Amino acid sequence: MKAPVISSWFGRGQVEAPPDIESAALRSDRFRLERESDWKRLEAILERMEKGGLRRIADDDLIALPTLYRTAASSLSVARETSLDAATLAYLEALVQRAWFQVYGPRQGFVRWLRGFLLGGWSRAVRALWLDICIALFVMVAGTIVGWLLVAQDEAWFYRLFPGSMGDPRQPGATREQLLESLGHDEGAAGLAGFAAQLFSNNSGVCILAFALGFAFGIPSLMLLVHNMALLGVLLWLFNGQGLVVELAAWLSVHGTTELFGILLSGAAGLHIGRAMAFPDKLPVLEAAAAAGRRSAAVMVGVVIMMVVAALLEAFPRQLVEDTGSRFLIGGTMLVFWLAYFILYRPAPRAGDAALPEAA
Amino acid sequence: MSARSPIAAHSDARRARTLITPEGLALPIAIAPLASRAGALIIDVMIIFFGLIVFQLAIYWIADGVLGGTQFDPNRMSEAAIEFLGILVALFVFCTWYGYFLVQELGPRGATLGKRAVGIRIAARGGARLTPEAVIARNLLRDIEIFYPLITLLVLVIVGDRGEPVGMLGWVVTGWFGLFLLFPFFNRDRLRAGDIVAGTWVVERPRAKLGSVLSAQGAAAAEGASDVTGVRYDFGEAELSIYGEKELQTLERMLRESPDEALAAAHAAICRKIGWNPGAGDERAFLEAFYAQLRAKLEADMRFGKRKADKFS
Repeated sequence: MKAPVISSWFGRGQVEAPPDIESAALRSDRFRLERESDWKRLEAILERMEKGGLRRIADDDLIALPTLYRTAASSLSVARETSLDAATLAYLEALVQRAWFQVYGPRQGFVRWLRGFLLGGWSRAVRALWLDICIALFVMVAGTIVGWLLVAQDEAWFYRLFPGSMGDPRQPGATREQLLESLGHDEGAAGLAGFAAQLFSNNSGVCILAFALGFAFGIPSLMLLVHNMALLGVLLWLFNGQGLVVELAAWLSVHGTTELFGILLSGAAGLHIGRAMAFPDKLPVLEAAAAAGRRSAAVMVGVVIMMVVAALLEAFPRQLVEDTGSRFLIGGTMLVFWLAYFILYRPAPRAGDAALPEAA
Repeated sequence: MSARSPIAAHSDARRARTLITPEGLALPIAIAPLASRAGALIIDVMIIFFGLIVFQLAIYWIADGVLGGTQFDPNRMSEAAIEFLGILVALFVFCTWYGYFLVQELGPRGATLGKRAVGIRIAARGGARLTPEAVIARNLLRDIEIFYPLITLLVLVIVGDRGEPVGMLGWVVTGWFGLFLLFPFFNRDRLRAGDIVAGTWVVERPRAKLGSVLSAQGAAAAEGASDVTGVRYDFGEAELSIYGEKELQTLERMLRESPDEALAAAHAAICRKIGWNPGAGDERAFLEAFYAQLRAKLEADMRFGKRKADKFS
């Protein structure tokens, strides 16, 4: 580890004029003196780029950057064959590496990337995960059925799955009126925005967990999906007992189409990484994991956006709209919108976009 | 690479890697030591933590003002205002937590404030281009590696303190935490789980200042002579063919960095080796002249494809 150079944090030091080329005794030092100004110019440009992005750099400098980079690179390869000046070699190696980080660095900042992401990158990433989405969907449906069957056989399962539900009206033995009331709306809009922000933090946390757990070959992701969906199955069973399943579905669909879709995608993203690590195909495991990780990370950014939408839907329309038909309409519209966006929206990738490798 | 250019920054051979640029140039690169990475993470978490505390305090102060405006009558308090502050806090925490690492690592330095302070940065493994997806992936994984298990452990400790049974869960979470924490120790490139999934690694930030031109100063210059005696040192073929590149570069480092007093030992050693009678008081001029002439000879040989790694070859 190098000791931090404090002086480098406070402006640059005095720039000395290089000595006269003729005064150097060695050919390799004359070689260095002839090219030194180019290296220094490259260094100055790099410093400004590292500090504040591209905006503060003159057009001339920006155009010169690739040329200066290649000059420095070729200086380095010549110096390696002709010079024994360790300090110059170390300087050139560091300079070329710094320039390489800039010339071949991330091509776009976060904002530009996000724009390309919304305009096509997101749906491309989702489509690349189609197989994992199918598997995750199957697991989610299976989880719901398992939850239903478990409680149908033995009501004790209800309390095991909802351990803290004693005060909640939603439990076995509740009357139809109690259940119906729990689907009603709260008084007015007060407190709903705060509720939405809470929901959002909570739900996106769960989604990120489902994704990150995919690292263990995807199995914990699937277990998380099963657990969450079993709860849904239990809820469905409970309301079915009083013939309220349609009302519950409407109540859930307002935000559920978005939220469950998001959970589906995050589970699929986790599974995608796990699958790539368990069955890397022809690539080395590390490369397969990296390629899958990058594809799924893009999906995850989308999931966070979906969670924002879901939380807003959950807090406002679900609590304010009481009519079953309208609730279905909102939920259905969202579902159609997401499906259309992911499946039908296929703009050609622009040159500036980060190219996502297609899934094998 | 490191065999040919034994540079102090890359002396730790186990961390040295070679990066091939698209131009086909091999560049030495050093994997960041784990101590720096731990230090960087601690600095970053501190910054986030104290930033959030300051923000939290500011919000309380504003809430206090809102409450004060109503003469401390809760019924007259604007609920919307308090709720707005609540949302602000929730969103700010979320954005800080994920945005802090994301935006900074996507920037041109590829490093957070903590990483910058210890002199490291992230890069794509094997010289590929660093993409936003990779940065996102490696930062999302950080949560399950460190923060979820830590928070779960904290919760379990609190639950256990209250006398409720925790069971095996504590050990499972500790094992999980330990597994991910020790992960970088068990692979060559010091990758953590997030680095594997993202295809990145953490490297030392290149930093080197251009040294002065040794052969243009003092007794090393073309017509250079000693300042003290006015004598020009001249070495013969036999005297210059004892040492190799390794000794030359050691001498270079001494000439650049060491004070005059420290040169006496090197001066004496070289004189003994080449059979000169060491004087005293003019060590720097002697060494400068010896350096320049040795380098001229070795570089001339080099142009004919003849290299001498050190005095033993």
